[in-house]
Amino acid sequence: MSVIAQPETRAAQTFRVTRSRRNVVWTGAGALIAVVALADLPYRVYSGTTSLLVQAFIVLTLASMWNLLAGYAGLVSVGQQGFVGLGAYFVLIFALHGLSPFAALPVAAIACGVAALPLWWLVSRLRSGYFAIATWVLAATLMLFIERFNSLGGGTGLPLPGFTGMSPKLLTAYTYWAGLAVTVVALLAVYLLLRSRVGLVLTAIRDDEVAARSSGARVGLARLLVFVVAGVGCGAAGAVLAISQLQVQPSADFSVSWTAEMAFATIIGGLGTIEGPIIGTVVYMVLQQTLQNFNAWYLIILGLVAIVVALFARRGLWGLVDSRLNIRLFPVGYWLRSGRTEGGGTVGSGANPV
Amino acid sequence: MAWVNAIIQGVLTGGLYALFACGLSLMFGVMKVVNLAHGDLAVVAGYVGVGIITVTHIPVLWSFLIVVPVMAVVGYALQRTLIQSALNRGVLTTLIVTLGLSMVIENALLEFFTANSRGIGASMTLVTGSFSLGSQVELPYLLLLIFAVAVAVLLGLQWFLSGSSYGRLIRAVADDQEAAQLSGANYAHVFGIAAALALGTVALGGMAFGMYSTLDPTAGTDTILLFAFVAVVIGGLGSLWGTLLGGIVLGVAQQIGAQINISDELLAGYLVFLLVLVLRPQGLVSRRAQT
Repeated sequence: MSVIAQPETRAAQTFRVTRSRRNVVWTGAGALIAVVALADLPYRVYSGTTSLLVQAFIVLTLASMWNLLAGYAGLVSVGQQGFVGLGAYFVLIFALHGLSPFAALPVAAIACGVAALPLWWLVSRLRSGYFAIATWVLAATLMLFIERFNSLGGGTGLPLPGFTGMSPKLLTAYTYWAGLAVTVVALLAVYLLLRSRVGLVLTAIRDDEVAARSSGARVGLARLLVFVVAGVGCGAAGAVLAISQLQVQPSADFSVSWTAEMAFATIIGGLGTIEGPIIGTVVYMVLQQTLQNFNAWYLIILGLVAIVVALFARRGLWGLVDSRLNIRLFPVGYWLRSGRTEGGGTVGSGANPV
Repeated sequence: MAWVNAIIQGVLTGGLYALFACGLSLMFGVMKVVNLAHGDLAVVAGYVGVGIITVTHIPVLWSFLIVVPVMAVVGYALQRTLIQSALNRGVLTTLIVTLGLSMVIENALLEFFTANSRGIGASMTLVTGSFSLGSQVELPYLLLLIFAVAVAVLLGLQWFLSGSSYGRLIRAVADDQEAAQLSGANYAHVFGIAAALALGTVALGGMAFGMYSTLDPTAGTDTILLFAFVAVVIGGLGSLWGTLLGGIVLGVAQQIGAQINISDELLAGYLVFLLVLVLRPQGLVSRRAQT
C-alpha cells in the first residue's frame, strides 16, 4: 500500500504505484479475524471437527509450498513427500530423545530446511520433467534409508512418545493450534517472500525464465531459497501429521499421494497465486469428505479435475474469480495507476497481473 | 560364485529396465515430454494382457500380438489429444497433465481391480525354467528372452530412426518442429507415431514385468517409472543405447545390494543413481549435459 505521490503538475503524468487495485487493509483485518476465530474453535466444537481441520491445515501448508515451487520458481517437484516424511521422522527422533513433540515441531521443520540444501545440490542438476522424477527418486531413497534404522521402527514405524500424562482434550486442542500456527506462518512466509526482492525475481521466472535470466535476475539463488523454504514448510506439515496421527509410518508419511494432493489442490485453486491453494484446499476437503466412502474415487476425480483445469482454466478457480471481480486478497505485485484514467497495468509482471 | 551369479542376473534384468526406459527416452527426445504416467501405462498394458489371456485363453506369447498394437494405438490417441494439447500450453502443463493421468490410472486400477497383484504366465517353463552353468550360476530363460527382446527393440528403433525415411521425419521434427512443419511435415501426426512407438515398448515392458514379477496398481510409479528414469539418467539423457547401459548398471547395483543385504536391493540402485548424478550428471554416454 505504499503510495508514491507525484506532484500534480500535469494530470496525464501523475502516477500512483500501489500494491493493489483496491485497499487491502480490509483483507488483512479479515484474515486476522479469521485466524482468531479459528484459534478459538477448540473451545466451541467437537474434536471431530478440529481433527478434520488439522487435515485441511496440512494440505493447505503443503499446497502453498508446492505453489511456491511450481507456480513461481518453475520447479515441479513430485518428491515433496520426502520432506513430509523427514519432518515426521525428525519429530520422532527428537521425541525419542525426550523432547516434547510440540517443541520438536519447529526444530524438525528447520532440520528439514537444512536437509534441503544437499538435496537441492543433487536434484538441481536436472531440469523440468527430469527434475520432477529426480525428486521422486530422492524421496523414495530417503524412505528406504530411514527404513534401515530399526531404532526408528524399520519398515513399520513407531508410535510417537512424549504424550503421556496429556489429557485427550488438551492433546487435540494443542494439535489443532500447532496445525493452525504452521499454516498461518507458512502463508505469511509465502506472502512476505513474494513481496520481497526475491518475490520479484520469482514472479519474473514464473512469467518468462529466459527473460528473467537475461535481465540479470539470480534465478538459481531464488530457486535454492524456494526449495529450502518449501522443505521447511513441508517438513512442518509432516511434523503436524506425525503429531496428529500419534505415530510415524514410512510408507504413509513418504507416500507420493501427499504430492498428488498438494499439486492438485494448488492447480485446481490456481497456480501462481497465494489465494489458489486456499480455494484448492477447500475443494479438496469437500471432495474428500463427500467421496470418502468410495475409496480411491476422490483421487480419480481430483486427478481428472486437475487435468481439465490445467488444460482449460490455467489460472484455476481463483483465476476465474479474479478475472471477474478483479480482486487480490494478498497483493504481492505493483499496480500502476495514472491520475487521469483509472485504467492501469502491472509492473514487472508481463501478461498476468501479479 | 554367488557374486558372479548376482552380476549376471543384474545384467540380464538391465534388459527389462531398458524396455521400461527406452519409451521414456524416446518421448523426451522427440517431443520433450516427460511422461509421468509412463509406468502406469505399462501396468495398464500388463492388465490388458492379463485380461486377454483370461478371457480368450490364448498362449501368453500370442497375447503380445494384441497388447502391443493396442497400446500403440492408445499412445497415438493420447498424444494427439491430451498430451498435444498440454504441450501447446507449455512444459508445466504437460507435467501436471501426465501426473494427473498417472494418479487417475493408478487409482482407477485400484478401484476396479483391487490392490491384489497379478502375474502373467506364472506356470510356463519359459517363466520358471533356467539354464544352469556350474553349481551356482543360473540363467533364467525369461530374463535371457527379455534381454534379447530389449536388444532387438533398441536395434529396431535405431534402424527405424536413422535408416528409414519416416525415422528421418521424426528426427527432423524433433530437431526443429517449425522448420519441419514448413517443409510439409505434419508434426502432430509425427509426434503421434513417436508416442505409438514409445507405448509399444512400454507394452513390452509392462508384459515382461508381469511375467518376471507381479503387477499391481502401484507398480507403475513405485517401480517402473522410477527404474526407467534412473536407467535413463545413468545412461545419459537422449541416448537410446544409454538406456540399456543405464538399465544394466541399475540391475547390477540392485543385485549386488541384495547380495549384501536382501532389503538393500532398491537402496543400492538409487545410491548408484545419486552417485552418477553427482559425478557425471550428463550420464555415462550422453553428449550434452543437462536438458
